[in-house]
Amino acid sequence: MKYTALTILFLFLGLGWAQAQFDPSKAQVHGNFQIDAQTYQVDNEIGLTETDINGKKSGLNGFGNITYRYGDFSAGLRYESYLPPLNGFDQQYEGQGIANRYLKYSGDQFEITVGNFYDQFGNGLVFRSYEEWTLGYDNSMDGVHVKLRPADGITLKGIYGTQRHYWNDYEDGNRGIVKGVDLDVNLNYLFQALKTSKTRIQLGGSFVSKYEKDNPFSDYKLPENVGSYAARASLRRGKWSLQAEYAYKINDPNSLNNFIFKDGEALWLSATYTQRGLGVILSAKRIDNFAFTSMRNPSEGRAPDINFLPPLAYQHTYTLPAMYPYNTQPNGEMGVSGEVFYNIERKTALGGKYGTKLSAYYSLIHGLDKSPVEGQTEVNIPGTDGYESDFFKFGDIKFYRDLSFKMEKKVDKDFKFIAGYTWLDYNMEVIEEEIEQGEHFYESHTGFLDMTYKIDPKKALRLELQYMSTQQDSGNWALAMVEYSVAPKWFFTVQDQYNFNNPESDNTYHYYTFGVAYAREATRISVSYGRQREGILCVGGVCRQVPASSGFNLTITSSF
Amino acid sequence: MNRTFIITLFLLSGLAFTVNSQNSELPSVDIQTVYGEMMSTSEIENDGNPIILSFWATWCKPCIKELNTINEVYYDWQDETGVKLVAVSIDNARSSSKVLPMVNGKGWDYEVYLDPNGDFKRAMGVNMIPHTFLLNGDGEVVWQHTSFSEGSEIELIEKVRKVANGESID
Repeated sequence: MKYTALTILFLFLGLGWAQAQFDPSKAQVHGNFQIDAQTYQVDNEIGLTETDINGKKSGLNGFGNITYRYGDFSAGLRYESYLPPLNGFDQQYEGQGIANRYLKYSGDQFEITVGNFYDQFGNGLVFRSYEEWTLGYDNSMDGVHVKLRPADGITLKGIYGTQRHYWNDYEDGNRGIVKGVDLDVNLNYLFQALKTSKTRIQLGGSFVSKYEKDNPFSDYKLPENVGSYAARASLRRGKWSLQAEYAYKINDPNSLNNFIFKDGEALWLSATYTQRGLGVILSAKRIDNFAFTSMRNPSEGRAPDINFLPPLAYQHTYTLPAMYPYNTQPNGEMGVSGEVFYNIERKTALGGKYGTKLSAYYSLIHGLDKSPVEGQTEVNIPGTDGYESDFFKFGDIKFYRDLSFKMEKKVDKDFKFIAGYTWLDYNMEVIEEEIEQGEHFYESHTGFLDMTYKIDPKKALRLELQYMSTQQDSGNWALAMVEYSVAPKWFFTVQDQYNFNNPESDNTYHYYTFGVAYAREATRISVSYGRQREGILCVGGVCRQVPASSGFNLTITSSF
Repeated sequence: MNRTFIITLFLLSGLAFTVNSQNSELPSVDIQTVYGEMMSTSEIENDGNPIILSFWATWCKPCIKELNTINEVYYDWQDETGVKLVAVSIDNARSSSKVLPMVNGKGWDYEVYLDPNGDFKRAMGVNMIPHTFLLNGDGEVVWQHTSFSEGSEIELIEKVRKVANGESID
């Protein structure tokens, strides 16, 4: 494999130079990098002792990308370093090296990538490889990626390769080989008669298969080839649009689903109505035994995901409402959600001089209604078909419920504010501990107010106030933050998060932070000092646990 | 495998010296319209006028503040300089279908595209959002800025004016 890669590499570079005369002025090199560093110190007031620190006084995560482009050719390299990884990141990343490299040719109708690549089929229900630095998430593929556009409106993609698992090389079948094809057809481009039609139709289909050797020590005969397919459609007419994707996977016993031999299903629906000043979106989702990874039983760390199951829940952006985020439960969940955006026109009684922006959001997610298979008294027994479930019936156990409102208003040319409220039900055992029958509930009411006052055209003062009331977990929280900015370069912030009324402790805690950030063109440097509370950080549907810490934080990010 | 990496590294760093750093065209990458139809970034154009290319997401507070702020003065900017703002959302499948309702709900008049798996974002070297690029009439990147604070739009329009008048950006 390694010599094949090398040969292809030279072939590509050779082709690059062979393109008539090589003109260096047409070549471009770009890059970007980021360094996140943190110091860790003892802080008895928030319960951080010498034992917690355990000799680890600092952590550093860093990466650098270099991309080279010449005409239709490009090549890239990514270096990563975790020396040692920041707390809260998977410690198996410890080390440094080239995490990623590729060569790519992209013509009008044909594109090929060898080496590492990222892509997704449809919504990602059967395949998605991506990278999210802030979460330490990277399931990049290493292999070959081909894209064809044989005619207007048709895109055909093929993938073949293995996935990244920390720094571990692929050898001796230590993880699965992933292969797949995807076809996307836009009927309006394809058929002359539909070219000017007001109804727009797009169809797509994917097939993805994983090959992973059976484990000779396993009690079961495990399927070595796990196939999955998905079909999707998107329909649009005027202000309406409808999107649907359905996916199916053959039995795939793995450590996540407790080695049951049940087939998996996933369904994602969304409908929108939108016109200027108004947007409405309704979504529904059903996930049934759909964890799809390229290691059925990893001995260490988490298995690389082959697919992506987008969470239905709203992604809160303010600190306190975002404290209890939802993550898709791949073993089974059903949910609905709806969101409305409305803009009250300016110069109306309610809109005021500048207009008022309103939005409301609701989501409800339950478990599936699971009953034992024939001959069993319990669900999820390893080696059996696991369970039966009614496709249309919500299970009794509520996982998550969120009702939120938000209002944005500019009062006059110097003052504006955003106000919001969130009512949350959060099933802690299900979401954080993955206990499917979990009953431990957490309920909270949270309000926030974010006010910005312009001192002069380039200087602004921002005040954020948030309050969360709850009887469970760590109790109530209040947050105040002041930010002073001098555009476009400087930011100064002071923040305190105050924890009180804690059901498990008589103590109250202050988590204060002081920060400065400087941004110039594509470079940003920020330094902060203070305490970080324990929490969950989520981006785009994947989360990581962040432990409490105290000390300095430094982030440098730049692109060129 | 390590040998391949090292050879690649050397080859690339060698090539880096043969590069004209002034030249910075947009990479050609597949993105989607807000309706999910595929298109290429090479189709982004504005009749020889400047383009503001802004990376954002529905869950990014400062991005939404930036786009709200510019929207208030967008007509004036367009009349004065002919500039067009192209907003590229990096929302993934979780929230990409809410991009259009949100854009309409907020009354934004921008050209909006989706980059649901971050292909364009990676090709442009975007680490954090908001990240804003300024393109001249030939579609070349002449300036970029990351993060947003109240008043940052003043610096941006000053740069746009220079580009519209064919002046140097510095």
